[in-house]
Amino acid sequence: MEGPTVQLVVTCLVDALAPQVGRATVTVLEQAGCQVEFVEGQTCCGQPAFNVGMVTEARRMAGHTLDLLDVTKGPIVVPSGSCADMMTRHYEELFAGTDREQQAERISSRVRELSQFLVDDLATDLKASCEGCLVAYHHSCHGLRGLGLGHQAANLLSEVDMAELEGATDCCGCGGAFAIEMPAVSAAIMNEKLDRIEASGADTLVGGEVSCLIHLEGGLRRRDSKIVVKHLAEILAGDDS
Amino acid sequence: MSPQPVTFLGRAEALLGTRAAESVNQGMLHLTAMRDNAVSGFPLMDAMRDRARVIRLHALANLDRLLSHFADQVVAQGGAVHFAADAVEANQIVARILKETGSHLVVKSKSMVSEEIDLNRYLEDRGFEVVETDLGEFIVQLAGDTPSHIVAPIIHLDRHDVGTLFAQKLGVEETFDPTRLNQIARDHLRETFLKADAGISGVNIAVAESGSVITVTNEGNGRLCTTAPRVHIALLGMERVVSRWEDASVILEVLARSATGQRLTSYTNVVTGPRRESDEDGPEQLHVVVIDNGRSEILGSDTAEILACIRCGACLNVCPVFRTVGGHAYGSIYSGPVGSIVTPGLLGMEPWWELPYASTLCGACEEVCPIRIQIPSMLLKLRARAAEEGRLPGWLERGMRRYTNIADSSSKWERAKRLVHTLTWPVSRGGWIRRLPGRGRGWTAYRDFPRPARESFSAWWRSNRGA
Repeated sequence: MEGPTVQLVVTCLVDALAPQVGRATVTVLEQAGCQVEFVEGQTCCGQPAFNVGMVTEARRMAGHTLDLLDVTKGPIVVPSGSCADMMTRHYEELFAGTDREQQAERISSRVRELSQFLVDDLATDLKASCEGCLVAYHHSCHGLRGLGLGHQAANLLSEVDMAELEGATDCCGCGGAFAIEMPAVSAAIMNEKLDRIEASGADTLVGGEVSCLIHLEGGLRRRDSKIVVKHLAEILAGDDS
Repeated sequence: MSPQPVTFLGRAEALLGTRAAESVNQGMLHLTAMRDNAVSGFPLMDAMRDRARVIRLHALANLDRLLSHFADQVVAQGGAVHFAADAVEANQIVARILKETGSHLVVKSKSMVSEEIDLNRYLEDRGFEVVETDLGEFIVQLAGDTPSHIVAPIIHLDRHDVGTLFAQKLGVEETFDPTRLNQIARDHLRETFLKADAGISGVNIAVAESGSVITVTNEGNGRLCTTAPRVHIALLGMERVVSRWEDASVILEVLARSATGQRLTSYTNVVTGPRRESDEDGPEQLHVVVIDNGRSEILGSDTAEILACIRCGACLNVCPVFRTVGGHAYGSIYSGPVGSIVTPGLLGMEPWWELPYASTLCGACEEVCPIRIQIPSMLLKLRARAAEEGRLPGWLERGMRRYTNIADSSSKWERAKRLVHTLTWPVSRGGWIRRLPGRGRGWTAYRDFPRPARESFSAWWRSNRGA
């Protein structure tokens, strides 16, 4: 199947902290028949500053991202519900009344989260496989409630054994800067989530959001847990990434 | 009492892991399950929510007209209406009415706006005797505590706390049986109702077309407060008015389901004017005190939509932060997501600007809000206001500036990644960091942090896919 040419936005966290997720995303998109392009020089979508209310700083980072992407064409695919949510739902508001307003609109309308792009746009028949795994899926809030994601990941994971996770749509407590501003509260929320993940019997935790996943994996490591943490792209790419 | 920590975080940390916090969490999970159950059994809920939103936003857009129509109708029914600009004025008005009617003993049904204006203390300081009659509020008053939830004021207590309190304060034999505790409170309050000179209630919905005030309760105490004493004073937050009965019925459909998972509360109490000649009971006088106390300020701001709130508490119940620490962490009687917007609006940004940051922005609040109020979006607006006014802690502001100075430039970003990778070599084991410096310690106090990769994604792309 000959798919479209897509622009990959890897996000700051994937670029610096989880490059394996970026590589897996490339693999998966190519398996789905896409030509993957990546504009070099990407940094951060600006969400960290936007979420603490620092609008000027958010605009500077988002402006950099807009300029890079504005010379490209085609769908912009992001392996993060949170950054995709920022770029689709908040860019226009962030730049409303500025001279970047139309540019923001242009870019926003092209942005798609990875699972959304694979399932809703490409109607891919890709399925993750994970022999002998029992997978718990963590719905990240911004993807879930901001973009209405959920069924796409379920589709991609439909051939994998899934654990029943209590409070599966509850927040994990990360919340970006919140985890550093209010660490004890963030950790208490995280620990409830980790208790539930452990109680589900899952041996693998999968999610679509690196920020939640490093928070949860970092917490699991403190428990000496054997649960393996993977991004959706990694489990989809299997051993090919 | 020991002095309360002055910040949200200080109060929250003091509450974390306590029995009170555990009670809150269990209570919230229970209420959320009840709500979900009620909503899934009511196919019209989504349509009702859409309608309720339209009704509330329409009411806010026409507030002056509706309030003046409401006031005319109350007067036409034989009641009196008083407008209070702020808490002081509201308290003065209530005290004056009590004095003029020769009232001394006052029974109260649950009213958050009375907590907002600290009415009990004002009245008690002036020699009036005030008795809370909602079971939860009665316990709060007995304990010298404050409500920790706008709907379930003692969700932070359990039956053992209440049993001990009753034995101490009411001199009854200690029991932890909820039915007997209920009976003790009932016996104690029944006599007070009969002796009371005046009753004070809140108002859930005011209906402009008939000048009616509606209160919803599950205990029947509200009905006794508004009918048994000679004088009834209803405290109305000025935003709680709707045009018509048809509108009120829609609000009632979504209110109880969202709050407690009930189709309707046990009592829906409607008061339209004082006792008429043909009535067998009811108060001789009805006074409605319409309270602004900062609401006009909110109405003129970019968070005006929060005034559409009908105080069901559903956003508190689902909020991961609220569930973990409980309402007392917020330092204001309006807690949780809605409180984090209302409180800085009513009381000012200092020191309340920090409340909008007590959120992960997970959006669970907006998902359950019966009025579909865009809560996360307003939290962000208040954060932007706080940042613009220079209220952010220095470390956060400086840290974010520094990050921006790196992340708005491709070359600086590249250099920073390499530099941080190198610098973290001594503190990393197997690709993870156990202890970060500075504010990063907050993260690593509870979790490991991944070490920046030796080969970032963009470096990999350059080597393997680059042109």
